[in-house]
Amino acid sequence: MESVLGRYRNLIILVGVLFLQVLGLATQVKRGGNDPENTRLIRVWAVDAITPFERVLIWAQNGTGNIWHNYFYLRGVRAENRQLKDQIEQMRLEQVRLSEDAAQARRLQSLVAFKEQFISRTVAAQVIGSSGSDLSRTIYIDKGESAGIKRDMAVMTADGIVGKVLVAYASVSQVLLISDQSSGVGALLEKTRLQGVLRGTANGEVVLERVMSDEQVPVGETVLTSGGDQIFPKGLPIGIVTKVGNGKDLFLNIKVKPAADLSKLEEVLVLVENKERQATAEENVHIRASDILAQRLPSVPDKPAEASPAAGTTSGTAEGSTKPAVAKPAIKPAGAASTSTPAAKTPSGANSVPGAPASGISVKPAEGTSAGTPTATSSPKKSSPAAGPTAPDPKSGPSPIAPASAPPKPAQPSTPPDSSQPPAGESSPQ
Amino acid sequence: MPITYTSGEQVEVYRFSIPVTIGVPLLALFVQAFIPLRFPRFAVYFDLPLLVTIFFAMARRNPIAGLFTGAAIGLAQDMLGHNPIGLYGIAKTVVGYGASSLGVKLDVENAGARFLVTLGFYLIHSAVYFTVARGLVNMTQNWSWLHGILAGLANAFLGVVMFFLLDKFKQRT
Repeated sequence: MESVLGRYRNLIILVGVLFLQVLGLATQVKRGGNDPENTRLIRVWAVDAITPFERVLIWAQNGTGNIWHNYFYLRGVRAENRQLKDQIEQMRLEQVRLSEDAAQARRLQSLVAFKEQFISRTVAAQVIGSSGSDLSRTIYIDKGESAGIKRDMAVMTADGIVGKVLVAYASVSQVLLISDQSSGVGALLEKTRLQGVLRGTANGEVVLERVMSDEQVPVGETVLTSGGDQIFPKGLPIGIVTKVGNGKDLFLNIKVKPAADLSKLEEVLVLVENKERQATAEENVHIRASDILAQRLPSVPDKPAEASPAAGTTSGTAEGSTKPAVAKPAIKPAGAASTSTPAAKTPSGANSVPGAPASGISVKPAEGTSAGTPTATSSPKKSSPAAGPTAPDPKSGPSPIAPASAPPKPAQPSTPPDSSQPPAGESSPQ
Repeated sequence: MPITYTSGEQVEVYRFSIPVTIGVPLLALFVQAFIPLRFPRFAVYFDLPLLVTIFFAMARRNPIAGLFTGAAIGLAQDMLGHNPIGLYGIAKTVVGYGASSLGVKLDVENAGARFLVTLGFYLIHSAVYFTVARGLVNMTQNWSWLHGILAGLANAFLGVVMFFLLDKFKQRT
């Protein structure tokens, strides 16, 4: 017997070690399948051994990169800055349109007592490592339980969703990417409003499942989160449809290209607080598209005041006359009544602009100032001598020529449509 | 140069210092987890912990040491992922045992032999992982010969270079 044990000692130990590991695997599978939370105590050793080095390396890498990019390599920055400013202007215009749509949607939602979800707090985190295996598509981020991160929180970038927190350790978290085959996200096609389940495949692709094969899904359609998984709020971008084919069991096989580049993640946002509230129509009821335009459009103050012959009446008219539809928002009711701009010809005197989009671009007194004074964003140039002398005294109350049909709006701080959300420091409104 | 040893030849057995024994596998795990952040395809084709397992197992030429080295490195690799712990552990245990057993019989100092051994063990490792993942854990896995051979060749090339670097840490017993 001893000779047999001695002769096959190596083989017996091999079988023993393999048996123990198989037993461990079977136990894990029985206890909870792929849930790494069951083996948290074991995993934390490896994570604690590897992630500090990754964190230091990322820190050093970023530090070097920042010094180079912020102090030395500034080629093309001016051109890029100009381009970005143009882009901001375009986006502001778009925002005006969308804010009106959103306000309308809120009014409708409040009518049916709709509960809406919104992102109230996010935590920015740096990606410091990966699993190192294409069979486990996970990444590690440098924030953990100490930063308020918990399991099953949504992780995203500005481009789209990335995945969810799988395990939150003390100072790092493991994130399961949407391209992993064990992930699942409730998804919705933007235009056709078809719902499905987004899954990763073994080779790292992302597919939309559970869409019936008799449906028409165009290539290029945007895929959004549906909110059905209770992890991702509804409406976050996931990606675009790249290929549609027939799948199994009467379902389509829809390949999706993730909006966020999952292979080059550097910084991500973890959604740590997601609130649900009753939709209210009151919100933004006093905010008009024109207010936002008046406050934000840089082109408004840039218009020369002397362009208008009626500049002597009010400061608002001077600007308004050169830009009836866009610059008019800066016009006060008093000024509108005294000029030949389209706004002045409206029956109501000042509250609507003919030809303005149906989305509700209208004119109202600028918040925080009385009639006739420049708006909050007015540059010093705006309150030029040409306009200044005739501007009514703010303390003297409403302008005497303010139209009766247009009741003056209560003075209130002009806030953007998303003002209900916390400031952008820690939070990132959707 | 003979590839196999005859009974008259003495097989050289090496050992490694404790810092190297612990540090090199940890470094391999670290690099394996870090490089895919910049080069995502790295994780698809390369498996540094496997190469380290093969190297240590072949140098020590002790099947028990080889299988325990493989088990330890494999289990550590499992811990960094989210799949059940033991998938890489089992695969690398088999590789560690096989590489050290082969090291007793083959001249694994030769670059050509190292290339072929690494290629072969990469395929064995993939096959064991595939079998265990499908059979025990019911994971969806796709077997691709093309990918297996390409990745095996890539690992074999890298292995030959890496083994010559790691040879510097060898200590004669």
